[in-house]
Amino acid sequence: MATGHVQPQETWSPIFGRLTLDWIPYHEPILIGTFLGVGLAGLIVLALMTRFRLWLPLWRDWVISVDHKKIGIMYMVLGFVMMVRGFADALMMRLQQALAAGGAEGYLPPHHYDQVFTAHGVIMIFFVAMPFVTGIMNYVMPTQIGARDVAFPFLNNFSFWMTVAGALLVNISLFVGEFARVGWLAFPPLSGASYSTGPGMDYYLWALQIAGVGTTLSGINLIATILKMRAPGMKMMMMPVFTWTALITNVLIVAAFPVLTATLGMLTLDRYLDFRFFTNDFGGNAMMYINLIWIWGHPEVYILIIPIFGVFSEIVATFSRKPLFGYTTMVWATACIMVLSFVVWLHHFFTMGSGANVNTFFGITTMIIAVPTGVKIFNWLFTMYRGSVRLEVPMYWTIGFLVTFTIGGMTGVLLAVPPVDFQLHNTLFLIAHFHNVIIGGVVFGVYAAVTYWWPKAFGFKLDDRWGKRAFWGWFVGFYLAFMPLYALGLMGVTRRMNSYEDMGWQPYFIIAAVGAVVILFGILSTFMCFYVSIRDRKRLACGGDPWDARTLEWANQSPPQKYNFPQDIVVTGRDMFWKMKEEGFKWSTDYQAIHMPKDTATGVLISAFALAFGFAMVWYIWWLAILSFVAMLAIGIAHTFNYNRDYYIQPDEVAATEAKGASA
Amino acid sequence: MSAADAHHAHHESPTNIGFWIYLMSDCIIFGALFATYAVLGGSFAGGPGPKDLFEPGFIAVETALLLFSSITFGMAMLAADKQKLDATTGWLIVSGLLGAGFIGMEVYEFAHLIHIGAGPDRSAFLSAFFALVGTHGLHVTGGLIWLVTLILQLRLHGLNGANMRRLGTLSMFWHFLDLIWIGVFSFVYLVRLI
Repeated sequence: MATGHVQPQETWSPIFGRLTLDWIPYHEPILIGTFLGVGLAGLIVLALMTRFRLWLPLWRDWVISVDHKKIGIMYMVLGFVMMVRGFADALMMRLQQALAAGGAEGYLPPHHYDQVFTAHGVIMIFFVAMPFVTGIMNYVMPTQIGARDVAFPFLNNFSFWMTVAGALLVNISLFVGEFARVGWLAFPPLSGASYSTGPGMDYYLWALQIAGVGTTLSGINLIATILKMRAPGMKMMMMPVFTWTALITNVLIVAAFPVLTATLGMLTLDRYLDFRFFTNDFGGNAMMYINLIWIWGHPEVYILIIPIFGVFSEIVATFSRKPLFGYTTMVWATACIMVLSFVVWLHHFFTMGSGANVNTFFGITTMIIAVPTGVKIFNWLFTMYRGSVRLEVPMYWTIGFLVTFTIGGMTGVLLAVPPVDFQLHNTLFLIAHFHNVIIGGVVFGVYAAVTYWWPKAFGFKLDDRWGKRAFWGWFVGFYLAFMPLYALGLMGVTRRMNSYEDMGWQPYFIIAAVGAVVILFGILSTFMCFYVSIRDRKRLACGGDPWDARTLEWANQSPPQKYNFPQDIVVTGRDMFWKMKEEGFKWSTDYQAIHMPKDTATGVLISAFALAFGFAMVWYIWWLAILSFVAMLAIGIAHTFNYNRDYYIQPDEVAATEAKGASA
Repeated sequence: MSAADAHHAHHESPTNIGFWIYLMSDCIIFGALFATYAVLGGSFAGGPGPKDLFEPGFIAVETALLLFSSITFGMAMLAADKQKLDATTGWLIVSGLLGAGFIGMEVYEFAHLIHIGAGPDRSAFLSAFFALVGTHGLHVTGGLIWLVTLILQLRLHGLNGANMRRLGTLSMFWHFLDLIWIGVFSFVYLVRLI
């Protein structure tokens, strides 16, 4: 039998809690290999950083920086690093399912396989997609509204490091103990204390709670930024569409993430203090969890896709050299989606048995979402229609998105029909559907955004050839990997299977595995693209406005100075930068002192203790938990005693910086 | 006002709106806990129910302490607006004492319930009760820590702009917790006792 796994005995010592040597998985060759690989790569990076004396610059210029641009870039780095981890999980699953047919057991025992699919989902949503969209919003939105920074720069730094702390906790689980074996949303009673013993489920809870603090605070921060920090004259209906989508996304974050916090909090109480919220006995109700988690979960998928709608809106307008078609309808369509996203959650469990009326209500609300989304698709198409379309790499992603996302949307409408859903619930059809919209939507959008705004951030374009290779890898790979899953789903193949009997399914799984390898080619091309572009940055250097863009973030230098704009811009209309170019705008040389926030290490310090706190709670190391909690509190309070948090950049320094930037 | 300040005059401080948005997100945490209580509030699992556990007189005193602390906090804000530092800190200390009294009573109630075997592990109803009331209590405790910190900062730096902003946000937080408690009082205690 492949399930030779024996869980270490539950013991507890005052110093190490329940952590014993048995929890270090030195008997699992796959993990040892990974550990050696990661360890070796880590050592090389550490050595190189020491060799080139990069520690101090890293700390001073990045880690403690409150500059929204640097924080945005760090979010993107986190997203790409975690994508490698999440994608490795995906490859492992595809290989397992391609092998484990007709009595064969594959190479991953169920105990390990269940951790892999849980980690894949958790990582891809919370530590890849979320950092990506937060990073893009962080980098782009403040400059689009002509602001110097976000409303609360220190909070922004703190939010980022809390997200990192959560991501680290998930990665620690790989080498110390185990991860949850419950699926990415951890439904009880399986995730409760009776059925998920061991630390895996607790890693899940604390990682998401810690990262969730960061996400919620960043949501609050970005809303306040859009409401209060816009350049003079910029009315709401003059904001670029990406800023609109950022506003709506962050409203969704602030409205939805507290529900996740409360829900995971209740599950934590169930597991740690014998509460009875979701248990089978003592009056607990597991469906309560499933309702609550989807009340967060459905808005969450819109949190991921709505900013991406904004990205495509900017790109389509720029590369069609036309104002976006139907700006107002775009804003209202997004707002409609925001509201509707809160009244569809039950479509994730039509099979709960709430009766035909309830299911009909949620089926219809779900289908209605297709209307504003359709409005958006047509707006993008009409923007391209009769525009002078330039087929650069961001447009490849955009067109790939339009086709792929439309297919994914249509399979979504199929699933919204309750009787159909009873057939397809929990099958690979569902898996194919949501990968269709998340890869075809979020991933393509993130790539489009990275290609589009890279020259803004670094002053040179990304290499075209490798950029196109990355696109074709992802595009072709996606169809190869997921179209077979639609077919399998229609045959009734359920998700999360470790092995199966029917040999007739295997060819489809093999095609899907090939597709995953093609996606791997796309991902490798991405990193190649970064490498080649950085190597050839002289050749790829471009001015401040390489795409002939329309919105304010292109009005300053690329890369922007830390204060973003040397002077305030008075906004008089939409597509303000286009207007400025038409009117022959020039920065005046009459500079004034610029008010700036000081960098601080408080955020990273509190987050480090949050990580220690999470680890201690996972392993029941109570002394460390108390100590790190008190430390977090103390550092936080000490920070409030510092009233000296800002400084001014004097006019002559602004003048010198601007002159230097212009000649570079 | 220096030239640099004038340059940025068009941006008022985002602190107030940011804190409002935070309070709304907190409100949703309570919303989820209220909803859970609404669903699980009747799941006694053969254990004690509200009528066996809650004493109206005790709850009334607890509620009075918290509501009066809101009034005294209001007095502190009035004093702060008149730039009277001593009166401000005086009223803040009174608010803090009332809040501490509230927390003391709550801790006593919880300890009593657990002692008679009506702890959160007894039934889903009691889990929902402890989580909702306990979360509110943790918030008040956080508010008390903040209050002590702010009193210290007021004594150090006086009623300057930054401290006035902090007073304003703590005041919003304090009244918000009062509002939540009114929900808890009516929805958890009163309705169940009828």
